[in-house]
Amino acid sequence: MSSAAVTTPGIASATGEIRFDAVTKRYGEVTVIDDLSLTIEPGTFYALLGPSGCGKTTTLRMVGGFELPTEGNIYLDGADVSHLPPNKRDVNTVFQSYALFPHLTVLKNVMFGLERRGVGKAEVQRRATEALDAVELGHLAERKPTALSGGQQQRVALARALVNRPHALLLDEPLGALDLRLRRQLQVEIKRVHAEVGITFVHVTHDQEEAMTMADVIAVMNRGRIEQAGSARDLYDTPQTAFVANFLGQSNLIDATVTGTDGEWTVVQTHDGVKLKAPTDRVAATTGKLAVGVRPEKVWIWDRIEEADAGERENKLTARVTSSAFLGVSMEYRVETAAGDELIVTVQNNRRNASPPYANGTEVELSWAPEHTFVVAVGADV
Amino acid sequence: MFRDRRKLIPWYFALPGLLWLLVFFLLPLVNQVGVSVMSGDPEAGYDLTWSFSNYSDAIDQYWPQIERSLVYAFAATVIDLAIAFPLAYFIAFKAGRWKGFLLLMVVLPFFMSQVLRTVSWQLILTDNGWVVSQLKGIGIVGDEGRVLATSWAVIGGIAYNYLPFMVLPLYASLDRLDRRLIEAATDLYASRPTAFRKVTIPLATPGIFAGSLLCFIPATGDFVNAALLGSSKQYMIGNVIQTNFLTVLDYPTAAALSFFLIGLILVGISIYSALLGTKNLTEVAG
Repeated sequence: MSSAAVTTPGIASATGEIRFDAVTKRYGEVTVIDDLSLTIEPGTFYALLGPSGCGKTTTLRMVGGFELPTEGNIYLDGADVSHLPPNKRDVNTVFQSYALFPHLTVLKNVMFGLERRGVGKAEVQRRATEALDAVELGHLAERKPTALSGGQQQRVALARALVNRPHALLLDEPLGALDLRLRRQLQVEIKRVHAEVGITFVHVTHDQEEAMTMADVIAVMNRGRIEQAGSARDLYDTPQTAFVANFLGQSNLIDATVTGTDGEWTVVQTHDGVKLKAPTDRVAATTGKLAVGVRPEKVWIWDRIEEADAGERENKLTARVTSSAFLGVSMEYRVETAAGDELIVTVQNNRRNASPPYANGTEVELSWAPEHTFVVAVGADV
Repeated sequence: MFRDRRKLIPWYFALPGLLWLLVFFLLPLVNQVGVSVMSGDPEAGYDLTWSFSNYSDAIDQYWPQIERSLVYAFAATVIDLAIAFPLAYFIAFKAGRWKGFLLLMVVLPFFMSQVLRTVSWQLILTDNGWVVSQLKGIGIVGDEGRVLATSWAVIGGIAYNYLPFMVLPLYASLDRLDRRLIEAATDLYASRPTAFRKVTIPLATPGIFAGSLLCFIPATGDFVNAALLGSSKQYMIGNVIQTNFLTVLDYPTAAALSFFLIGLILVGISIYSALLGTKNLTEVAG
């Protein structure tokens, strides 16, 4: 996509600060959004990530004006929009499965918003044509949307929204209906458009990889609350809750308690008494129900016979291989610790003389660097 | 050889229907085309004389009834559209779990014969009945006035009888309308009324088209309402055809009028679909 047509000469700085102030949304007795406060900085690519029913779509729809908050306020660039109808808000939406008007041509679809705002006829035509050219669909302007492929329809939906130069663009699982290849391609394309237009993008998805690929900030939602918000790296390296640890990538979690701290390091004890070290700044909580965790690719797996020369290793556990799978780039082992915890260990297939994989039943030792250890709070549902 | 036989299979499936059409539609039709150009009288019988003047004579003689039929049918169709659109909209969008029940209510009158239903209206609107005396009380109907034997009674009766034919297709097209399209319209700065005008109505056009035809076509040929709720001053072309076939036994005139009506309606539909753009309609539907 060329930048000229989609970007607005008039808008120099990023716009689209979105703020939720103690927003609650209830349908009858059911609380869908529970006292949500968040601020989306202008120009951010913000992903709302979570399982179905977590409230991410409702959150997005409240920004768009399709749902109104039961309590609390929503601000767009400082103005209270909590109870404004959608047509009075300077945000546009790319809907799930696009919602293109089937009775209008592609060009008329893109012109729809501008026409409603009383932009001059010639200007509408010119900007809509430019926007279509920008998504490389100028040659299909006179077709009906149903004659277009899924990827093309997606681009029309994007042009139809961005041509209005909104303060923020809302994307409701826009890539859900596309196959993997096209999805990857459009992820990159949408990301590029975001860099070009400089407005806030709020993207709802249940696909963690999509969120990690596209977003500057990911908010992991669960049960109508944001469990944790941050960059993909933050969330992956220092998850705050067991839910985040499990939703974004895989985690090995073992129930544990914090037994002491000496400044930089915190000592935790697993439920069967093994002592492990974790960096204090990666300990999200010290009271309540806790789990100690490590990512599968951070764990080393050792044959017990080699144990003799492994005296210096910290954060050790003994375990037995229960199954293994060859995944091409890696081997994935499922192991059971002496205490009965099921853990996953992935081993990169990058050794020059790869030793044969460990057979099921092999007694192994697991170890990992203490700096890769994290401690999370365990919520009601993991 | 084998392949050819396989190609025939769909025709075998269509055979009963085709036979039915041939025997009960095409043969009588051709027969009546013949009758429409016969001459003679009821006692001596009719002979095929290719007297095409039957058509012009019948049209000249019964032009007031033809005109009246079109006006009544048009008025009833407009009234039905005005009543059915809000009703279908409500059932499709707001009725929730009452949908099935309300649709049943719409078609329930069909469980009773049209004649009986119209007779009930005759009783309701009778000159000394409660309804008429109330209307006289508030001055809508004059002291010596009546409701029966007026154009209003006949148009009202037609509108009542064909209302379900309008509601059902409208409901079908509104019910499958993707609600997100309306959200998308409001997202693109359309107010609710504009979204209704720019999205809901255009997408309901196939239903409006089908409903209007289903009302207008049978209404044009209707004779029950004019016979029961009107007088000879409200007679429609259907009454003329019926009388000529069954009472006067002037078969050629009746047949000629029937074919004229068919032709008129076909021309009307062509103009109507050209105005609404059926090409667009089929694209929307597909």
